[in-house]
Amino acid sequence: MTTKTTNAGAPQTRDERPLGPQQRTRVTDALRIRSWRSAAIVVPFIVLFVVLSVTSGPFLTTSNLLNIADQQSAVLIIAVASTLVLIAGGIDLSVGATYALSAVVSAQVAVSHGVALGIVTGMALGIVAGLINGIVTTFFRVNSLIATLATALIFSGIAAKLSNGNLIVLTNQPAYAKIAQTQFIGVRMSIWLTLAVIIVLGLLLSRTTNGRYIYAAGGNAQAARLAGVRINFVVILAFTINGAAAALGGIIDTSRVLSAQSSSGGNTLTFLVLTGIVVGGTSILGGAGAIWRTVIGVLFIALVGNGFDLLGLDPLYEQITLGLILLVAVGTDAWSRLRHT
Amino acid sequence: MDGQGTSAAAAGSAPAAESYVDLVAVDKSFGGVRALSGVNLSITRGSVHALVGENGAGKSTLSRVIAGLIMPDAGEVRINGTPAILHSPRDALARGIASIAQELELVPSLTVAENVFLGSEPRRGGFIRRRALRARFNALVAEAGFDLKADAVVSTLRTADRQKVEILRALSRRASLIIMDEPTAALSGPDVQRLHEVVHILARRGRTVLFVSHFLKEVLTLADTVTILRDGHLVRTGPAAAETESSLIEGMLGRTLGSVFPAKPDAPSGSPPVLEVSGLRAPGVNGVDLTVHAGEIVGLAGLVGAGRSEIAHAILGAARATAGTVAVRGERLYGRSPTVALRRGVALVPESRKEQGLFPDRSVTQNATLASLKAFSVGTWIRRAVERRAAADVLTAVTVRATRNSVPVSALSGGNQQKVLFARALLCRPCVLIADEPTRGVDVGSRRAIYDLLVEQAGRGVAVLVISSDIEEVLGLAHRVVVIRSGRVAAELNGSDMTNQAVLTAAFAEQAGPEHPEAEKTPL
Ligand SMILES: Nc1ncnc2c1ncn2[C@@H]1O[C@H](COP(=O)(O)OP(=O)(O)OP(=O)(O)O)[C@@H](O)[C@H]1O
Ligand SMILES: [Mg+2]
Repeated sequence: MTTKTTNAGAPQTRDERPLGPQQRTRVTDALRIRSWRSAAIVVPFIVLFVVLSVTSGPFLTTSNLLNIADQQSAVLIIAVASTLVLIAGGIDLSVGATYALSAVVSAQVAVSHGVALGIVTGMALGIVAGLINGIVTTFFRVNSLIATLATALIFSGIAAKLSNGNLIVLTNQPAYAKIAQTQFIGVRMSIWLTLAVIIVLGLLLSRTTNGRYIYAAGGNAQAARLAGVRINFVVILAFTINGAAAALGGIIDTSRVLSAQSSSGGNTLTFLVLTGIVVGGTSILGGAGAIWRTVIGVLFIALVGNGFDLLGLDPLYEQITLGLILLVAVGTDAWSRLRHT
Repeated sequence: MDGQGTSAAAAGSAPAAESYVDLVAVDKSFGGVRALSGVNLSITRGSVHALVGENGAGKSTLSRVIAGLIMPDAGEVRINGTPAILHSPRDALARGIASIAQELELVPSLTVAENVFLGSEPRRGGFIRRRALRARFNALVAEAGFDLKADAVVSTLRTADRQKVEILRALSRRASLIIMDEPTAALSGPDVQRLHEVVHILARRGRTVLFVSHFLKEVLTLADTVTILRDGHLVRTGPAAAETESSLIEGMLGRTLGSVFPAKPDAPSGSPPVLEVSGLRAPGVNGVDLTVHAGEIVGLAGLVGAGRSEIAHAILGAARATAGTVAVRGERLYGRSPTVALRRGVALVPESRKEQGLFPDRSVTQNATLASLKAFSVGTWIRRAVERRAAADVLTAVTVRATRNSVPVSALSGGNQQKVLFARALLCRPCVLIADEPTRGVDVGSRRAIYDLLVEQAGRGVAVLVISSDIEEVLGLAHRVVVIRSGRVAAELNGSDMTNQAVLTAAFAEQAGPEHPEAEKTPL
């Protein structure tokens, strides 16, 4: 506050910058725009990764890392797709239920009619579930939070009814295991599938017209409408992709363990998915966010869990830690918004 | 009406011309952009002080520094001669400084009095004392000299009256410096007058007013002192009486400007109608017939609230029409939605950039290309290099000033944001271009650039419909003026009938003649 000494007398220093404010180094600008909000999740992720590598011998091994990726495949796939819904301005609380419904039905059909039909039925169910969510929130104008809360109850109810709550075991259909467990260059199909979904949805969001429309619909619906964006279509698209992703997650997990149960997934999965997205830095208000953020967010949470296992910490504290991380993530988001406006 | 009255009153209430707020060598950068550099400014107590400058010159930034919304990077803010550090608007208010936001921050469902005292209601045991509230409100209104009903629900008020509510709220918190950033940008003729009166009243009661405006006539009539900014630098501060419109323009742009309006090309004769609206009814639209021919610029004049934007929205299909037809190039538009209209070549520059236009977090480029993405895509895949180039060309044509087109559009100054919306419409290569207040908040220099573009579009055979509350703008641009009143066509003026008086008469028809306020809100 005391820099005035020499400047005060020299009111005009125009010749310093004859070219006006346009002439600025790209570096400082890039730093500002990609501000620390981007770094918000990357830095803790790297720190945690390094800390775990140092403190735990078995952490930085190919098998442990691949194991994490394999275990997280369903969550990653669903979280990445749910990111589309959040950016489009909605929220989907029914992914856990859709996951369970698809898993159970797919397993039952596989047992009775073969693996191929099982998979097709499971995927179709997920797509239909997503379509229903999308249509209810757009054409019937029901807030997506409430709409998917309701459909979550319905879907999980159906799953429980169809399976009578029993564990469906696929020992007579070992082919089902191939979906996730086949190895390709030393890496399981579950991971390859996850990678494929991440890349496809990442490109969809950042490089296609529909991706732009998703951002627009969630960022400012009225403006998007006036600019000719078909908001209903875009929102339904996001929910449908999400339903399909939930089904794929259910099928992959069924294939990993060769069994399915209606009580798996559910709200726990839904909350895990949302936590991953929010910790990654995608705003729950819509219109902003990115796929890579969600990937890092989900993996960050997975690393925390893995760390608790490897370091032999009391798992009771794991939930508390996750809660704190979520609060910090949401808090920094709110704070950075305050600072920027 | 003139500046002398206010300055005399100010001199009477404040002994000597003591300064209230002083800025000393204030710097403020946003990342790479130097919004203010080495600005020295002093605001005299009791004066009406205007800030002028091009879009992006730093006017809003300067106002926000004084209002405590942002902190300077270097330099000092002094209040009553003592250095002050304003961390928040609350700090500023504690020193008597309040700002009236451009996007008003009122609770629409509450009454005027409730809004004024929101958060500071007289209470007893958790209950609001209605009678005390009323008494305090009446005292305040009497002191301010406004006429406002305590019980009116804010959502029913016009913008000018809402601004009064904001001002009352500031006064109720003992504000003595009131900052207004482009208060008249969203107002039409009579409301502009009302706001001007408010400023006069405030000045007469010894309050200090700092306001930003692109309307130089307004600046010259209202202000005692004018400060010109250019590229974040102070050009000069001086008495308004010593300035003229052209001296202000020269200070702002660093060059002189010829006429504001481009030469009007002849109205095309015998060109086919491109936009034909007949019997159109929609919320706020009560049976409108309208035809715009290829190459023609038609002005839609009228008061704010007359239904002009509603007509635009109904044409576009954004508001559901209950009756009537819209045809483009002789083909009727069925299954109406903005998507359909856009595909048939109808593009709109919406009136409100915040609500109807922008995606603040998205880049300038992406904001500009949203409505025309298909033109840059193979199937659904966007060819980003093509997109960037096309956007850059149009953004330059509409004189958007941004460090880079990849910055979020929210980092642009208000006028530049407006121009991005104009770029969006142009990128659609429309055959019908509807521009709703296309120059709201745009500086004099860029205004001309936008007018040139409208004329150029018309020259290419586009049917142009310009909605504007600025009568000079409508008269200066349009081949034909259609005056709208209560959602109907009140008059259609051609050639020599197109006069300020004729437009006002038609716009006001029910009211008595002498009440017609001269529209002072003209750009030059
Ligand atoms: N939050 C922000 N982030 C980045 N840059 C900003 C921000 N706010 C302002 N700027 C930049 O600072 C400069 C000055 O902006 P400012 O809003 O003060 O202009 P202005 O004179 O009010 O213009 P206008 O007449 O268009 O309202 C512009 O170059 C603008 O892009
Ligand atoms: Mg501004």
